[in-house]
Amino acid sequence: MKRITFAKRCAKEILRDPINLGFGLGFPIVLLLLLSAIQANIPVKLFAIDTLTPGITVFGLSFITLFSATLIAKDRESAFLHRLYTTPLTGFDFIIGYMLPLLPIAIGQTVICYLVAIPLGLDLSVNIIYAVVGIIPMAVFNIALGLLCGSIFTVKQVGGICGALLTNLCAYLSGVWFDLELVGGLFKKIAIILPFFHASEMEKALFSGEFSIALSHIAPIIIYSVVITAVAVLCFLNQMKRQ
Amino acid sequence: MHAIKTTGLTKRYKNLTAVDNLNLDIQKGELFALLGVNGAGKTTTIKMLSCLTKASDGDAFVGGYSIKTQPNEVKRIIGVSPQETAVAPNLTVKENLELICGIHGFSKQKTKEKVIKLCEQFGLNNVLKQKASKLSGGYCRRVSIAMALISEPEILFLDEPTLGLDVIARQELWDLILCLKGKVTVILTTHYMQEAEALSDRIGIMKNGRLLAIGTADQLKQKMATDNFENAFVAIVREDTV
Repeated sequence: MKRITFAKRCAKEILRDPINLGFGLGFPIVLLLLLSAIQANIPVKLFAIDTLTPGITVFGLSFITLFSATLIAKDRESAFLHRLYTTPLTGFDFIIGYMLPLLPIAIGQTVICYLVAIPLGLDLSVNIIYAVVGIIPMAVFNIALGLLCGSIFTVKQVGGICGALLTNLCAYLSGVWFDLELVGGLFKKIAIILPFFHASEMEKALFSGEFSIALSHIAPIIIYSVVITAVAVLCFLNQMKRQ
Repeated sequence: MHAIKTTGLTKRYKNLTAVDNLNLDIQKGELFALLGVNGAGKTTTIKMLSCLTKASDGDAFVGGYSIKTQPNEVKRIIGVSPQETAVAPNLTVKENLELICGIHGFSKQKTKEKVIKLCEQFGLNNVLKQKASKLSGGYCRRVSIAMALISEPEILFLDEPTLGLDVIARQELWDLILCLKGKVTVILTTHYMQEAEALSDRIGIMKNGRLLAIGTADQLKQKMATDNFENAFVAIVREDTV
């Protein structure tokens, strides 16, 4: 009950912030529309709607990290958490409360991206459902990364690290904007080590019904999700103890 | 009966002793003010008593429970209104109050009754549907104190409750705090002498983490042979410097 109450509060804080809505929903949709318009004039395989949309949904998740990290960092800085630390809420309640509401928000963001892509020419198929379900492990990774960043950085630092650095890292290393084969070398090796490329490829594969390819990408995403969640929980509990 | 008893309570941060061997008895139902200039150790004391910060040495018994060994029991009987405005900014006043009710596991009916009662008590009915981020400083503090009172605490900590408020908002908040007198034990920190004198049953004067003097405003004035509380405070603090 108490952790659901806290989770509801976190959802309201995020969804009532117009900047969150603007970036979280508006930006991926604008990119989708813009790149589709470019594609209509200068066809590029990478920006074909059935390739672009799954990639944009993965890129959109980087804003979920920003929401999560900003909320936690703001709560820490505003003494709101100090108040809550004197209530019966436990560390586990806080973690669930911060992470739980972001999952439906992330899924909602993905669904909206696919819905917007349909009038732009995306085939309406059952594979969209698989792609939406398939994004959950990567969403968990992004939410946990937000918990981690919010636990150790200030609001200002979160803005720079999650708002600028992470979104760019995700954009460049996911292979959404350009083919990683074109760059190759160390850049490609780094991209393959990190989960963004795998998430993007898995989404593309799920949408196109190539499930064996999708399965080949899921292991790194799950490993990253589990490890980052564990580290984030430890960091949050540690900062709670330090308070 | 003691509401709070501290024995050699100390907090050290590397080279700094923020609170030094504090021995304090606060009676049940008392409104006790910790008065001191910035950096005196008032907020650190409140943080230790509300189990937000661990004591380096000594112990304190809040409602008979040790802050060291029974922090969960302590948390059950206290309410805290921190120095900074600790409200959820994008939630309305009503939602902020309901949030704390939910965290304390109140039923829907009890939550409804609590919100009505506290809004009446703190004059919040006209801002009930307003987002906390849009409230004036005075209203924000009222909401903050109302949130601290939701769990019906035996002991209420108010950390600099009127800091940064204008004269009218401060006076209004004083009236609200005075209404709590006798019903709940209140420990407030302040660096406004007038506030300590107007509100408190007893005042503890702190400097550099140490408790320099304790007593009613009249006792402290008498001790320093002055009829002005501000002069008494200055004399006590200066005496320590000398």
